[in-house]
Amino acid sequence: MTSLPKSTGKKLGLVIDLDICVGCQGCVTSCKEWNTGGYSAPLTDEDPYGADPHGAWLNRVHGYEVGEGAEGRTVHFPRSCLHCDTPDCVTVCPTGASYKREEDGIVLVNPDTCIGCKLCSWACPYGAREYDYDDGVMKKCTLCVDRIYNENLDPRDRVPACVRACPTGARHFGDLGDPESEVSQLVRDRGGYDLLPEMGYRPVNKYLPPREARDVSSAVLIDEPATTKNEKTSAADRFFAWADQVLSR
Amino acid sequence: MHPAYSVILFTTASGAGYGLLALLSIAGLLNLVPLDPWLGFTGFLVSYAFITIGLLSSTFHLGHPERAWRAFSQWRTSWLSREGVMAIATYVPTGMFALGWFFDWTGGWVWALLGWLGVVFSIVTVYCTGMIYASLKTIRQWHMPQVAPLYVLLAAATGAVLLNLLLTVFGDARPWSFWTAIVLLASAMLFKMQYWVAAETDSKSHTAGRATGLGRFGKVRAFEPPHSTPNFVMREMGHRVGRKHARTLRTLAVVFGFAIPIAASAMLLLSSPLPSWLWATVATVSGAIGILIERWLFFAEAQHVVTLFYGEQEA
Amino acid sequence: MCADRTDPDQPYVDTSAKVADEVKATTCYMCACRCGIKVYLRDGTVRYIEGNLDHPVNGGVLCGKGSAGIMQQYSPARLRSPLLRVGERGKGEFKEITWDEAMEIATDWLGDVRNEDPRRLAFFTGRDQSQSLTGFWAMQYGTPNFAAHGGFCSVNMAAAGLYTFGGAFWEFGDPDWEHTRYFMMFGVAEDHASNPIKRGIGKLKGKGGKFVSINPVRTGYSAVADEWVGIKPGTDGLFVGALIHELLKARKIDLDYLVRYTNAPWLVIQDKGAEDDGLFARDKQGNPLAFDKKKKKLVSAMLPDISPALVGEFKLADGRKAVPSLKLLADRFLSKQYAPESVAAKTGIPAETIKRLAAELAHAAFEEEVVLDVPWTDWAGRKHDKMIGRPVSMHAMRGISAHSNGFHTCRLIHILQILLGSIDCPGGFRYKPPYPKQAPPWLKPTGRKKEVAPREPLGGPHLGFPESPEDLLLDDDGLPIRIDKAFSWDAPLAAHGLMHMVITNAALGDPYPIDVLFMYMANMGWNSSMNVPDTLKYLTEKDAETGEYKIPKFIYADSYFSETVAYADLILPDTTYLERWDCISLLDRPISEADGPADSIRQPVVQPDRDVRPFQEVLIDLGGRLGLPEFTNTDGSPRYPGGYPDYIVNHERKPGLGPLAGWRGRNGKEIGTGETNPKQLEKYIENDCFWFHELEPNQKYFKHANADYLEFAVKMGFRVEPRPTIFQLYLEPMQTFRLAADGHGKIVPPARHRKRIKAFFDPLPFWYGPFEDTATDQSEFPLHAITQRPMHMYHSWGSQNAWLRQITAANRLYIHHDLGKKLKVEDDDWVWISSHIGRVRCQVKLMDGVNPDTVWTWNAIGKRQRAWMLDEDAPESNQGFLLNHLIAELLPARSDGYRYSNSDPVTGQAAWYDLKVNIEKADGKDIHETSPLFEPVERPFAADIPEVLRFGAQFRRGGSTGRRAE
Ligand SMILES: Nc1nc2c(c(=O)[nH]1)N[C@H]1C(S)=C(S)[C@@H](COP(=O)(O)OP(=O)(O)OC[C@H]3O[C@@H](n4cnc5c(=O)[nH]c(N)nc54)[C@H](O)[C@@H]3O)O[C@H]1N2
Ligand SMILES: Nc1nc2c(c(=O)[nH]1)N[C@H]1C(S)=C(S)[C@@H](COP(=O)(O)OP(=O)(O)OC[C@H]3O[C@@H](n4cnc5c(=O)[nH]c(N)nc54)[C@H](O)[C@@H]3O)O[C@H]1N2
Ligand code: SF4
Ligand code: SF4
Ligand code: SF4
Ligand code: SF4
Ligand code: SF4
Ligand SMILES: [Mo]
Repeated sequence: MTSLPKSTGKKLGLVIDLDICVGCQGCVTSCKEWNTGGYSAPLTDEDPYGADPHGAWLNRVHGYEVGEGAEGRTVHFPRSCLHCDTPDCVTVCPTGASYKREEDGIVLVNPDTCIGCKLCSWACPYGAREYDYDDGVMKKCTLCVDRIYNENLDPRDRVPACVRACPTGARHFGDLGDPESEVSQLVRDRGGYDLLPEMGYRPVNKYLPPREARDVSSAVLIDEPATTKNEKTSAADRFFAWADQVLSR
Repeated sequence: MHPAYSVILFTTASGAGYGLLALLSIAGLLNLVPLDPWLGFTGFLVSYAFITIGLLSSTFHLGHPERAWRAFSQWRTSWLSREGVMAIATYVPTGMFALGWFFDWTGGWVWALLGWLGVVFSIVTVYCTGMIYASLKTIRQWHMPQVAPLYVLLAAATGAVLLNLLLTVFGDARPWSFWTAIVLLASAMLFKMQYWVAAETDSKSHTAGRATGLGRFGKVRAFEPPHSTPNFVMREMGHRVGRKHARTLRTLAVVFGFAIPIAASAMLLLSSPLPSWLWATVATVSGAIGILIERWLFFAEAQHVVTLFYGEQEA
Repeated sequence: MCADRTDPDQPYVDTSAKVADEVKATTCYMCACRCGIKVYLRDGTVRYIEGNLDHPVNGGVLCGKGSAGIMQQYSPARLRSPLLRVGERGKGEFKEITWDEAMEIATDWLGDVRNEDPRRLAFFTGRDQSQSLTGFWAMQYGTPNFAAHGGFCSVNMAAAGLYTFGGAFWEFGDPDWEHTRYFMMFGVAEDHASNPIKRGIGKLKGKGGKFVSINPVRTGYSAVADEWVGIKPGTDGLFVGALIHELLKARKIDLDYLVRYTNAPWLVIQDKGAEDDGLFARDKQGNPLAFDKKKKKLVSAMLPDISPALVGEFKLADGRKAVPSLKLLADRFLSKQYAPESVAAKTGIPAETIKRLAAELAHAAFEEEVVLDVPWTDWAGRKHDKMIGRPVSMHAMRGISAHSNGFHTCRLIHILQILLGSIDCPGGFRYKPPYPKQAPPWLKPTGRKKEVAPREPLGGPHLGFPESPEDLLLDDDGLPIRIDKAFSWDAPLAAHGLMHMVITNAALGDPYPIDVLFMYMANMGWNSSMNVPDTLKYLTEKDAETGEYKIPKFIYADSYFSETVAYADLILPDTTYLERWDCISLLDRPISEADGPADSIRQPVVQPDRDVRPFQEVLIDLGGRLGLPEFTNTDGSPRYPGGYPDYIVNHERKPGLGPLAGWRGRNGKEIGTGETNPKQLEKYIENDCFWFHELEPNQKYFKHANADYLEFAVKMGFRVEPRPTIFQLYLEPMQTFRLAADGHGKIVPPARHRKRIKAFFDPLPFWYGPFEDTATDQSEFPLHAITQRPMHMYHSWGSQNAWLRQITAANRLYIHHDLGKKLKVEDDDWVWISSHIGRVRCQVKLMDGVNPDTVWTWNAIGKRQRAWMLDEDAPESNQGFLLNHLIAELLPARSDGYRYSNSDPVTGQAAWYDLKVNIEKADGKDIHETSPLFEPVERPFAADIPEVLRFGAQFRRGGSTGRRAE
């Protein structure tokens, strides 16, 4: 089982647009609420009303500042499992609980066989696996496998919870193995990239970079028309003269 | 990485256990020690005790120890699974070899084969333990060619210290075993020091800029964390011991783990007024302290790449 | 689904697991945005909440708060039963009582006051979404002392907008996200339109429009802006003035638009010292005059086909001079004072940047015109075959609003939009019906002496839009009628009241003491008060003689154990938002979209498991018990025995006009107005709890002057007549106050107010420095301190949420790197931040994207120890902090000893962001706590607080709730 499938039918995954993510945490809490009652139920929270609240979440959003001064920017950065094509989080698992689905490439943990050794979380460079201390098993993004095919849901709802919730539309879901899919096109058009490609895990999820700052150096400034600019009257009077003229036309 | 005590105990104790097991077997096979049933009985019992305590302690940090048996299934890809399989498998030849020793069924080629098989199995088991760590690309200080051999060498060295204690207690101590310990300890020490140097000079190849892909816009600084109190990832992988602290601990590890045991073993070579088992005990206790520190540091100094998302600049 | 699986070892996954027994639609209330939601229920428990894809507000999306609703529903801080205080105020010692007892006590207290002097009840509501009911109830009760939280929230925006163009940013309008090319946002971190703005920004950026954010801090929306302008707080007026300067100078304004829709041509009398100086010249019918250039004579400016002059000086019939109002505007903004070079230093924005931004605005407006092939007819019957738009849109909120110069600054932004011709045109800023109203709306405040009497309802609504001093609520001595001094000389255009002043004024007896303070859904003992330490003092202070509390009785309705609970005498516990009926009415703050009016309801989707009652039910019940006319039948029996649902369906404000606009009439086919429909709520529920009427394409733009829209608006009861709204560049009502300050008219301000009225009631907008800049020593308090709303928290009520608090459990003071270097502090170091009224100890975090003279923090994260059922050592109370402790509610005393409230002088809007501070590194080792740390509040009841929360375990396969077993 921890052997990776030679190839997967599809490569389902997310494309996350850093250009419009405002860091609202919608994907974070919608993920939590769906999954705490779903395939991975529960996503336990320890000390929920105390000094050290912490729990298992499958998606987190970081805020970064990048560059400084005029070149500086703030970027919100959602981070969940990237459903890598060749991830060690699967191969290191001693029990086979961690596996990559052959039909769609989703990387899952079987909560019934996981022994909670945490090794897979060590093998994941992206911090995508969170151990549930109380439940004693590893939890991770399931790509909402219990939504995307769920016949009890309205077809419009058969997308991951985080994608369904995202208010800015920064999250896209689809088959990245199909070069013609919308997500693949988006990746091509916007220069979607892999996180830590040198790791060799070949993430399926892609990130769309923030757009480059617009070039403002070539802006054409506006000014008073040259014809009147040097008249000796006051700026207001010149303006009035213009307004009068325009309206008489 | 968070140094979990169960894992520290597991790797050190089982390492020493396999070391002792292998060295005792070799000594028996090569007739370097008398094949005294009680020496054998005690020796194997101690090895198994160390191994078994180690293995059991490794299950303490499991969320579901009752499912631990499942860990034997994935030997095709998982070093942890391989380690488990080998650990159990090692009991078979070594157990039969031990029985032979105890009941004096020694001498035949079967017994010898079992013995050598046990030695190989022990080494492979420890190697597998090392590979659990060495195979993780996510932790630079672990993903080094030195790591698995180091595990084997440290197991052998700690095993040799234990063997000396055993032999001195039974009054069967011989210079070869003192020399073995000294040589193994010294080479383990040098190897470990070389590892430290290598780990430090190894260029950090991952950066926050690459992890986030935002490096193209300038230096990436963590601003708003995703959570105010640490989550699992931070608890498990965010732990890092301070540099200064680490230096002191490394010195202590070298002194207790290697220098004192080497010195104590050397005392065994000289004629000292004190009983030899006392020196062997000094070597063992000091070695245990040193190796526990060494192992704690092995975790505490290791930096996981995920820390790049949480504010580290490089890993 | 797994038919193509070839690996037999791969575990079986039930990809079609059952999700819910039932899915019920309702409306979110994790914030005031009011998105449509669907609640998935299993075994009577909430399994999942998702956005309603068909809802006009959110179109299916759900924000970080909305998705955490489950944890609000099952919070241990939920109040459980009515409480009566037994210990001293503030200690949190209560006994649980029955609803019968609670209602009797409340009826007693309120009845006594009503029988003697209804003014001695102050009824103020906070995050109230049923203001049309609460306001109506207060009217029936007869007290003039009612308002909701708008006065400390955003009245500057509402008033500036409504007076200027009959709409407002706030939630009364939206950028035309579909067509806009250039979007400029001022001082917004989140706003009431939480999801709509997020959806809009996503759409705008997707279409390649440019988004510029004017904000001292680069987070949230500003982070995704194409350009961030890190302005110095309180100086937006200068910046916008400079943009106007540039546009006027370069003639990049839409003169046709000004002629058609604004009072630019109206003639302003120029007669210094006269009692009508600065008012519009009018004809006998009262119509403003303009000079017709073709006819060469004065004509009514209201006539459709005139060619009015926008410049020049004209002689009135009586020989006096008058000029078009545009002339006055141009004179002001073409002056040097508003030149980019003059404002650069004060705003912190380089002159070149201002010039470039002006050029970009002009380019988008005039070179990227949007043309929709939609014929429409204007108010005068003129047909237009196209809708031509200037695709520049703007939005502004509390960064503008929460300053003492916010009213004028907001007016400046609207004037900038109007000069560009971008109000309610394709690509511009669009009204949401029932807006536009007239500018200002035809509604005057009620509460003068003759309008208030024991056992009598108030003659009209509490709040309105004064157009002259005669509309103020003053007693014979010119003193305020209202406890909050709204509509007095302190705050003449206080269209939303001044909730932030109620406790201070009542305790100080200025203008008079009260008997009962009645509050609903406002955490006034903590994060919604300015100057928390003094507020707590006022709530607990006793009269030296009588030994009674200065505010003798305090009734409070909350759903949760908030800080304020401990300070009240009688607690009326409300339900959660998933447990009750609510009505989001067009008579209130509506949820309409620019494409059409909308309203909605909440229906109970789960049953309360505690002894709590919806506050609206309680209010209606109290109305019956008190015998308030509209809440009782002639025989004295209660008018709405069915409670709130009964009221929602059957109440009529005017014949045919009720709380809900959808499915009216006996047949349920009418909209807007119509007979009551007993099946109305069923219809709403069938339609997922909302009603939305999409306007015809020809009604969608130019609503202020669009004949088809105006007729529709009249039919709907939004407007009285199909007359257009005319944009008030020059705001004549302001001048009436100025004239009064000069001694003209029947109602003149007492001497001590005159200078101030004269200074700030300028009919043209202008910039002045925020008051705290001038009232405090700038060298002592050199830094600006502001707050922002975190997107995932709603004020104080998010901290009890087990999920949300993991994201932010404590706040830091964010400061610029350079300031950090100067102070020699690093991340997480402790500092003292002090203002002229106190100091707070907190931890810093250094950053780059903040104006260097500004420090900021997240709003309302700091909590009182043990409130909200958090442990005493929770980070919220021990490391988290409130800036409110440093914000004064009163300005420092003037030379004559009088203290104005720390508010905008025009509207009374609380000036939260005027705060000036100093920062020092905190000495001492091992500091790990914030300061001041108030005494922990006692919990009024023993709550069941889990140490481990396994929510959702009950839904997993097999449904076992314990630790996962083999
Ligand atoms: N420093 C600083 N202070 C500020 C601001 C700022 O920007 N900076 N902003 C100001 C502004 S604009 C506002 S509007 C105020 C907001 O401040 P508040 O109006 O105090 O808002 P909240 O803290 O969200 O909630 C008020 C109360 O409503 C209760 N509540 C929640 N749900 C329900 C319910 O269903 N029923 C009932 N009855 N009660 C419920 C909560 O428990 C809470 O006690 O804060 C103001 N204070
Ligand atoms: N998530 C969430 N949503 C909310 C609320 C909440 O508590 N949480 N509260 C609701 C309420 S009651 C309100 S009133 C609205 C308010 O919504 P917003 O208007 O978005 O309120 P703030 O968070 O106060 O944001 C004010 C912004 O103005 C900036 N600012 C401060 N001073 C200036 C200035 O002088 N000039 C400029 N240009 N910018 C300035 C601040 O940096 C900040 O970004 O949000 C509503 N929505
Ligand atoms: S992101 Fe991590 S957990 Fe997910 S597949 Fe890749 S390595 Fe595995
Ligand atoms: S924690 Fe579970 S899934 Fe992860 S490696 Fe261990 S057994 Fe496999
Ligand atoms: S796909 Fe599902 S499980 Fe994964 S982050 Fe999104 S909501 Fe969470
Ligand atoms: S929901 Fe969308 S906008 Fe919000 S944090 Fe997640 S990805 Fe970003
Ligand atoms: S913006 Fe979020 S919290 Fe507010 S109503 Fe909408 S979903 Fe609920
Ligand atoms: Mo507000």
